[in-house]
Amino acid sequence: MLFVLRWLGVVSAALAGQNAFAALGDVNMTVGVTPISQEVYGLHMLIFWICCVIGALVFAVMFYSIFKHRKSKGAKAADFHESTMVEIVWTAVPLIILVAMAIPAARTLIAMEDTSNADVTVKVTGYQWKWHYEYLDSGVSFFSSLDAEHAAARQVGSGVDVSQFEHYLKEVDNPLVLPVGKKVRFLHTASDVIHSWWVPDLAVKKDAIPGFINENWALIEQEGVYRGKCAELCGRDHGFMPIVVNAVSEEEFDAWIAERAPVETMADAGAQTVAATTEDDDADREWALEELMARGEPVYAAACAACHQANGQGVPGAFPAIAGSAVVTGPVDAHIKTVYVGVAGSAMGSFANQLNDVDMAAVLTYQRNAFGNTVGDTIQPAAIKALR
Amino acid sequence: MSTATAEHHDHDDHHGPAKGWTRWLYTTNHKDIGTLYLLFSLVMFFIGGGMALIIRAELFQPGLQMVDPLFFNSMTTMHALVMIFGVVMPAFVGLANWMIPMMIGGPDMALPRLNNWSFWIMPFAFLLLLSTLFMEGGGPAGGWTLYAPLSLQGGDNLAFVIFAIHFMGISSVMGSINIVATIFNMRAPGMTLMKMPLFVWTWLITAYLLIAVIPVLAGAVTMLLTDRYFGTSFFSAAGGGDPVMFQHIFWFFGHPEVYILILPAFGIISSIIPTFARKPLFGYASMVYATASIAFLSFIVWAHHMFTVGMPLAGEMFFMFATMMISVPTGVKVFNWIATMWRGSMTFETPMLFAIGFLVMFTIGGLSGLMLAITPADIQYHDTYFVVAHFHYVLVPGAIYSIMAATYYWMPKWTGNMYDEKWGKIHFWVSTVFLNVLFFPMHFVGLAGMPRRIPDYSMQFADWNAVATIGAFGFGFSQLIFVYVVLKCMKGGEKATTEVWEGADGLEWTVPSPAPYHTFETPPPIR
Ligand code: HEM
Ligand SMILES: [Cu+2]
Ligand SMILES: [Cu+2]
Repeated sequence: MLFVLRWLGVVSAALAGQNAFAALGDVNMTVGVTPISQEVYGLHMLIFWICCVIGALVFAVMFYSIFKHRKSKGAKAADFHESTMVEIVWTAVPLIILVAMAIPAARTLIAMEDTSNADVTVKVTGYQWKWHYEYLDSGVSFFSSLDAEHAAARQVGSGVDVSQFEHYLKEVDNPLVLPVGKKVRFLHTASDVIHSWWVPDLAVKKDAIPGFINENWALIEQEGVYRGKCAELCGRDHGFMPIVVNAVSEEEFDAWIAERAPVETMADAGAQTVAATTEDDDADREWALEELMARGEPVYAAACAACHQANGQGVPGAFPAIAGSAVVTGPVDAHIKTVYVGVAGSAMGSFANQLNDVDMAAVLTYQRNAFGNTVGDTIQPAAIKALR
Repeated sequence: MSTATAEHHDHDDHHGPAKGWTRWLYTTNHKDIGTLYLLFSLVMFFIGGGMALIIRAELFQPGLQMVDPLFFNSMTTMHALVMIFGVVMPAFVGLANWMIPMMIGGPDMALPRLNNWSFWIMPFAFLLLLSTLFMEGGGPAGGWTLYAPLSLQGGDNLAFVIFAIHFMGISSVMGSINIVATIFNMRAPGMTLMKMPLFVWTWLITAYLLIAVIPVLAGAVTMLLTDRYFGTSFFSAAGGGDPVMFQHIFWFFGHPEVYILILPAFGIISSIIPTFARKPLFGYASMVYATASIAFLSFIVWAHHMFTVGMPLAGEMFFMFATMMISVPTGVKVFNWIATMWRGSMTFETPMLFAIGFLVMFTIGGLSGLMLAITPADIQYHDTYFVVAHFHYVLVPGAIYSIMAATYYWMPKWTGNMYDEKWGKIHFWVSTVFLNVLFFPMHFVGLAGMPRRIPDYSMQFADWNAVATIGAFGFGFSQLIFVYVVLKCMKGGEKATTEVWEGADGLEWTVPSPAPYHTFETPPPIR
């Protein structure tokens, strides 16, 4: 319905002589906010117009012929064919156009690959299905996943009208903050399958490949919020791991880093959390079952539910159920190992770097005592800490 | 011995098809097998099309309305595998079976039993493939490109998919060997290579491409199989392997594969345009050379599918230039077709309409291909709907339209009846309108930033996706017209003459319509 209304708007705009495309939203590549993105946009428009001209010429000749040289108009067939001269011309002319096109393209490509002399370096790691950012200069690091409201709205049969979200599926809990006017170098890698970190306004798209580190860079010239998506099919929730870059002034950026850095240096390697992080993180004390259960529930929702489902039933054949699982209701060690180390050759990766000691203990305890599982024991944060 | 042969000789020469359904099971006749391939392809076209409609229905509006994302991914994966391996390739093989012996004045394919086997493997391959949809965990959901390590996740469908691919591959390679053997051994005396119709030429080159790259695909998927089940780590970085290597191997197959899907189409169009322009093909020899250069170049451009994986600068440069080069021979083809039309005496029966539709829309796809070749720009285009638009323009109004053009063009020869011209034309126009409504907006959303292979998207893409979905349903349902026209023509209709088309040229138009069960048992004289 909405769609019909919008289209009526488009048609009336066109009739009123306004720019109909403006009403249709984006139909072209973004110019972006980095020198490279502007160059890329220029190349795109150049090759686009070249193609338009070639297409127009070819189609003009063809349609002229179609209208003139038809039998119904009494056209008699000529009998010419084979001409080496003509063949050479229409091989050579496109070749010259291509060489002319290749030169600026090569120049931009060389600039894109030059990652030297960066001011800030961010390591970007793709996970199924979220991003992890680590500022290598200051050690600040965190996970960034789809905003919880969007995540709820996008479930099949959620009943939520998604048009209420201005940036549907392009909003995250923790955006990446970057300074403007600085050369930022990105290091891309992944922990499970291949992802691709893409922000159109930065003209940055690079595959994040497990076991490999790719490089890329951007110099953002304008403050603002820039949104992107994972561009490489990475499994079930590939469409739901957005990227939000918050480009701020250098001072704001420094302040933002300063605010975070001390907290992170206190923590052990990889001791961040995907759930709320301001809580009690004392891994050494004894935790009660109720405490761990309460803490485990949101962690489960954030870290496990994407595959094992909110109701713990999994997806038959693809992701095993937690409810009634032999591992979950079995010996503690095997359960911990499954989550801490992961299961080789499956979508179950290691969560050692994604959950701190308390969150991991909590979620393990939660799994053992939820969805109808009634093991009744607890797994203490100290047990996880001992593994690190 | 000699009496027995003499007795049978008479019988052998004049027998028609066997009676009953076993005729189709045991047949070694190139026409029967051609028909089997074509009908198989038509059935698969509707299966693959149904999957496409599920995809488009989910994408009609933002938000997830009907399917789980995992099922959505298995639909995109299966749709591609079915369309490529189940529709376009079998249809071309079917056309080759029917037409190549008749075009070169040979009595049948060189290896008739192999021919039977090549066909009858296919239904089993696709049963294996499609059965995965009913397994626990569903069908393959890692994309038709089967990239490791993603394709290694998930259920045991992988083993079935890999065996299905092996079977399809065996079928294709056997079919190709047969085509090569036929072309080199069965030509009538005087039918020199440079007198062969272009459809024969393009198929000869396609057959070599197939023989060269199908084993590469087979190797790649076998490595997946051993990685998954036998503890190897070809593609697992943790075990010392390399996930990017899979992509290199896959696209070393994959790029020639896209030309496998289009070269026979070039041959078909090169037959149809001269017929309806009543004028010989402008540059026969240069068409042959252009086809050969495309085939050669197709082996050295594969990494243009991988500009974002992180290659050395020199590598990116090389693959950019090589890819741009491919548009040169492609352009030569387009220019030659137009020069053939120029100052002809054209009429616009359905085959010609489809051929012109091909020419216009394939060119659009070729031009967007040229845009994709520009590496810095491809970094923005890659893995978006812009790529989806590109390959659908070359595959649907490209490969599929050529198959439809060929069907309308040769159907009177196959059945002995003229098809219904009015409904043929309606089929063309309705399809063409909806096709552009379906695929053209994909350029827009792709450029505006919509990634491919996603079941749900942001509000800014909503309008054009709704438009595309309307186009999809329109296009899908208008293919029922095609089925109607084909069935009607098989049943009866105005009797076709031997020549069928006024401007037709070629040996297939010298035998009666319908073509007798055995043709050219004695070689025809070649001018
Ligand atoms: C002028 C000739 C052509 C050029 C320069 C060209 C170029 C390209 C490039 C650079 C890509 C990769 C885009 C990306 O993923 O970022 C691509 C994708 C593709 N092209 Fe073409 N192309 C041409 C013609 C064709 C033809 C004739 C076909 C098939 C009939 C074809 C089928 C495909 C397919 C199927 C893909 C996407 C594969 C996938 O990622 O799933 N192309 N093309
Ligand atoms: Cu991803
Ligand atoms: Cu390619």
